[in-house]
Amino acid sequence: MNIVVCVKQVPDTATERKLRSDDKTLDRDAADGVVNELDEYAVEEALRLKEAHGGEVTVLTMGPAKATDTIRKALAMGADKAVHLSDDALHGSDALSTSYAMAQALKKIGFDLVILGSESTDARTGVLAAMLAERLGAPQLTLARKVEVDGSAIVIERITDYGYDKVEATLPAVVSVVEKINEPRYPSFKGIMAAKKKPVETLGIADASVDASAVGLAAAYSEVAEFSAAPPRAAGTVVKDEGDGGAKAADFLASKKFI
Amino acid sequence: MTVDRILPTPESRDLIELVRELVAKEVAPRAAADEAAGRFPRELFTLLGSSGLLGLPYPEEHGGGAQPYEVYLQVIEELAAGWLAVGLGLSVHTLSCFPVAAYGDEEQRAALLPAMLGGELLGAYCLSEPQSGSDAAAMTTRAVADEAGFTVDGVKAWTTHGGVADFYTLIARTGQGISCFHVPATAEGLSFGAREKKMGMRSSPTAQVRFDAVRLGRDALVGAEGEGFRIAMAALDGGRLGIAACAVGLAQAAFDAASAYARERRQFGSRIVDFQGVGFMLADMATSIEAARALYLSAARLRDAGRPYGTRAAMAKLFATDACMKVTTDAVQVLGGYGYVEEFPVERYMREAKVLQIVEGTNQIQRLVIGRAVGKGTDL
Ligand SMILES: Cc1cc2nc3c(=O)[nH]c(=O)nc-3n(C[C@H](O)[C@H](O)[C@H](O)COP(=O)(O)OP(=O)(O)OC[C@H]3O[C@@H](n4cnc5c(N)ncnc54)[C@H](O)[C@@H]3O)c2cc1C
Ligand SMILES: Cc1cc2nc3c(=O)[nH]c(=O)nc-3n(C[C@H](O)[C@H](O)[C@H](O)COP(=O)(O)OP(=O)(O)OC[C@H]3O[C@@H](n4cnc5c(N)ncnc54)[C@H](O)[C@@H]3O)c2cc1C
Repeated sequence: MNIVVCVKQVPDTATERKLRSDDKTLDRDAADGVVNELDEYAVEEALRLKEAHGGEVTVLTMGPAKATDTIRKALAMGADKAVHLSDDALHGSDALSTSYAMAQALKKIGFDLVILGSESTDARTGVLAAMLAERLGAPQLTLARKVEVDGSAIVIERITDYGYDKVEATLPAVVSVVEKINEPRYPSFKGIMAAKKKPVETLGIADASVDASAVGLAAAYSEVAEFSAAPPRAAGTVVKDEGDGGAKAADFLASKKFI
Repeated sequence: MTVDRILPTPESRDLIELVRELVAKEVAPRAAADEAAGRFPRELFTLLGSSGLLGLPYPEEHGGGAQPYEVYLQVIEELAAGWLAVGLGLSVHTLSCFPVAAYGDEEQRAALLPAMLGGELLGAYCLSEPQSGSDAAAMTTRAVADEAGFTVDGVKAWTTHGGVADFYTLIARTGQGISCFHVPATAEGLSFGAREKKMGMRSSPTAQVRFDAVRLGRDALVGAEGEGFRIAMAALDGGRLGIAACAVGLAQAAFDAASAYARERRQFGSRIVDFQGVGFMLADMATSIEAARALYLSAARLRDAGRPYGTRAAMAKLFATDACMKVTTDAVQVLGGYGYVEEFPVERYMREAKVLQIVEGTNQIQRLVIGRAVGKGTDL
């Protein structure tokens, strides 16, 4: 089975994240780039499917030059090769044009199964799997907590508010995963050494047959009009227990719609 | 705080990233509870092993990671910052592998090293005895030779991983001086004392290893007969750098805790870090940590270049562990009363620091080593 797993480099959630004042895009130099957390689960699932069914796992990353760090981590975990879609013209792409560019790259790579995380930690639109499926004309199986492949049949358990739905489709297909699906492995030092020798193909937009006028900041349908720093966290509410502490705490949670 | 490190290769950068992730997710979160319970985290060493960390400075052909000491020691430092017993445990394991890796014959290396470095086995190093510590050459454990091999009798003391290790690197007296042996934990006649009840690092087992007519084949002898003391001392040169790296990691953890606290805690209307008395203390702590790090890295680079480095290793061990004792003590001071209670980690760091001034040659012995080199007038 030919599996392509989409891995995004995102700013480390543990560090301060900023937007650039000039074009209101993410300041990717301001913070350390790490693998989007859910994408580690996507890589893990791809590796498990390969271990069970054979085949090959290819990493696809769209991002600036420094995204190679992220690619290396996915390769160190055990992916076989990588495609790095990287071009200055892609800077500032919104979700729609990102899905277009990535779909073009996916068509060039070829696939039986595309696996994504269900959401990134920076933009968090959570739409990419659906958009890719649409552009590729493949069934979308999103929010999977379990994936099973049997021949050309694929079944997932899709998490819902009430439990899960069983969703079936035929390969080729696009799947997005949630963190319940597995426990990602750590890379090993042997994996790190092996990753050095694995092929990483860098594609510019022309190589992926991406139309320059359909991507980038200028082509984006959505525009960031304005932004401001998150307000500092307000002081907490102290509930004094005068025999009614439990009730007061419950009232507070209810006022925040937690209960 | 993340230490800004200059690393020689992309793979060593990725390695440090991996270690930081392991420390954050697997090592540091359980340190306090396991220390309080005196629980040895064997499965953590299995994880370090499957991650390829139990043979970093040894050749690839025998399953090692082929990393320079400069890199290996920074791995130790990162681990020790998360949990001293784990960083020190890795250092002791690596030390225990050294005699076979450096002095074993080709047959021994091929037969033993893949398992020793591969991650499943854990090693221990038996040099000290109850009556022979600093004066290690006064050891009485004896291996008597016959045609088939050796019979070992005696008691080794203070063995880190005693009772939990899979192999014991033994230094013992033979007919011709002192010799080095590789002893599997399954050897008949091997038994262990109760775990020492220690001031700190309680999760790291320290116990006597007793040899009661333990039979070893001729192939258990590592290096030539009579070469054992030289091997033991060469192993300790590298081991001392491991202890220095542990000290820097532990001191860094204490500094991170103390400096974060000093930026938050307010008295007399200001942050305590803004009182010069506290700020200067933290400045001295930061400076001595950085100096200690530079010292062990400088010795490591000499070793990596194949140059003599034993005196520099002694300097690094001496300076880094004394600095660590001072830094951890001052960290308790910075936290005031909160520093003295178990809710905060710094009292544990202070208890743990003390052992580093004692193991692998007390700091008096390090001065002795450095002083002897001065006396000889050789290059330091
Ligand atoms: C703070 C911020 C806000 C944004 N807001 C919007 C917005 O409101 N509307 C809009 O159209 N665009 C927005 N963008 C742009 C958006 O980040 C990109 O289009 C992005 O590449 C796709 O969106 P996502 O990360 O939200 O994808 P999601 O759908 O949240 O990501 C799901 C999965 O898609 C895969 N994936 C996503 N991006 C990549 C990639 N570059 N390379 C490889 N795999 C990838 C990963 O597997 C990921 O887990 C925003 C960007 C930022 C930084
Ligand atoms: C937790 C722990 C783990 C250990 N792990 C191991 C291990 O894995 N393997 C192993 O072999 N050993 C191990 N040791 C033993 C350790 O190496 C010895 O404790 C150390 O070498 C000191 O020996 P000693 O305790 O017998 O003290 P002694 O040698 O009796 O020293 C007592 C005091 O006299 C001082 N002194 C001695 N000689 C001189 C001198 N010539 N000049 C000035 N001062 C001197 C010492 O510095 C010290 O202050 C461990 C010890 C501890 C506490």
